[in-house]
Amino acid sequence: MNTETPNFPLAFGLNTFGDVTADGEGRPISHAQTIRDLVGHGVAAEQAGLDFFGIGEHHTDDMPLSAADVVLSAIAARTERIHLGSAVTVLSSDDPVRVFQRYSTLNAVSDGRAEIILGRGSSIDSFPLFGYDLSDYEDLFEEKTNLFAHLREGGPVTWEGRTRAALRDQDVVPHLDAPLPTWIGVGGSPESVIRTAQYGFDLMFAVIGGPAARFAPYAELFHKALEQFGRHLRRIGLHSPGHVAATDEQARAEFWPHYRDMITKVSATRGFAIPTEASFQRELGPDGSLYVGSPETVATKIAANLRILGADRFDLKYGIPGMTDESLLTAIRLYGEEVVPRVRELLA
Amino acid sequence: MIATPRPRVAILGVGHVGSALARILLDAGYEVDVAASGDPQRIQLIASVVMPGARPRWAEEAVADADVVILAIPLHRFAGLDRSMLGGKIVVDSMNYWAPTDGVQPLFEDDELTSSEIVQRELAAARVVKTFNHIGYHEMEEDRRPAGDPDRRALGVASDDPDAAAVVASLIEDAGYDTVLAESLRDGVVFEPGGPVFGARLDAAAFRAAVAGELETAA
Repeated sequence: MNTETPNFPLAFGLNTFGDVTADGEGRPISHAQTIRDLVGHGVAAEQAGLDFFGIGEHHTDDMPLSAADVVLSAIAARTERIHLGSAVTVLSSDDPVRVFQRYSTLNAVSDGRAEIILGRGSSIDSFPLFGYDLSDYEDLFEEKTNLFAHLREGGPVTWEGRTRAALRDQDVVPHLDAPLPTWIGVGGSPESVIRTAQYGFDLMFAVIGGPAARFAPYAELFHKALEQFGRHLRRIGLHSPGHVAATDEQARAEFWPHYRDMITKVSATRGFAIPTEASFQRELGPDGSLYVGSPETVATKIAANLRILGADRFDLKYGIPGMTDESLLTAIRLYGEEVVPRVRELLA
Repeated sequence: MIATPRPRVAILGVGHVGSALARILLDAGYEVDVAASGDPQRIQLIASVVMPGARPRWAEEAVADADVVILAIPLHRFAGLDRSMLGGKIVVDSMNYWAPTDGVQPLFEDDELTSSEIVQRELAAARVVKTFNHIGYHEMEEDRRPAGDPDRRALGVASDDPDAAAVVASLIEDAGYDTVLAESLRDGVVFEPGGPVFGARLDAAAFRAAVAGELETAA
């Protein structure tokens, strides 16, 4: 048995995919304004007392966040305490050397506040964009994660693989004082859990449908695998979508039509089922993955699921294309100022 | 009463889908072997923690001893699968061809045949049954209900071999679902992404109605 006691402080973050919001008349705002608003969200997140603000790489008209690290750098310049990172970086279609350089630069700019969450890419737009074949995604992720793990350790890197030019005794700059906190986002593949443990990275469960409890065996798998690989205990986080407003009714009314439209749109290209009122209700409940409601409703659900998974970090993925910026800023404030203190209280 | 021996199951693939299927079949009392590519040692820990009771084995050995083999691999791995070992087996095809997500695969680019018909063509000596492709892996455990429960969800089963379809249907019913049988592998087209039952939680009557409407339109 692993005799270490998990002793990571509870931490709470926000994740965004840079969704384009709507103006007062329901029209989408510009990409440039979306990005400027996001910088404001990062600042608001720090003001609300949150620990982490993460931006997930996307390349679509309604989520134009293709260069997350640039936006994070602007947030870094206007904040002092909050950690900043990707959520996720689609490593499969990126160059691990460039990813390392961008985030070690962010780490320098922010004075040590950069984190990185690596993903294989459930969002697939980057593959054709950068000339990768989707059917290679497993091999690409496996190999690039391996290279990234080498880079993260610091020091000259020697590496050889099939997906990128080899490196021989290569110094990669800027140097770090300590390895970047690195997570792998896992959607339910046990092999990904093992890989995360193998590299000694932190594990972020991306739960975007159904009960978080079904990931409990994966938490156990992670702990056993860390032990087998002779690694120290690592953090376990939970990422799920949601929205917070003054009341349950208001939160649901602000969220549902846009959630329905977005999933319906994605279903056309991804083969998802189109959400119904009934499926929405189910996802809102204890067996679902949505955290939509008043601060008390959302806090109760977060606390329950962190406990079930033995997780010490919760990242709320906020925002859906078509919601208003005002409602998102309110959600950020309520999440930081009311939900998080309440979760801490419930778990104390 | 003489009990018919239950078929032995081999699941190829221990990802999201394979591990969820292993759990529901183990719960239903089936003997389940699991295999990934290569040495079973590599999946020992996964099997022991997330599908306790499943036996990790080399794929060829698991398949040789199995009556029913479930392909729970991403479709793009199918082309690299050793097909010779599957002759004579009931092979469950839980896969989908969805080029926008999986990339274009020349083997499955076909205007005439469904992906499962292509799987059957490639595995000529096997008895292919299409099912489990239209339920999310995360719903497989959650949506199980005992027989007779008004909320029991139905899954579609399509094959050109009625006996193979019956064996697989009985396994699905033991696992906690009603079944709706399609006449042929070709009719299984209605279970595919974009179809009326893909990802939909339907009971048997609603499933039949949805599927019937679709096949009439197509006819």
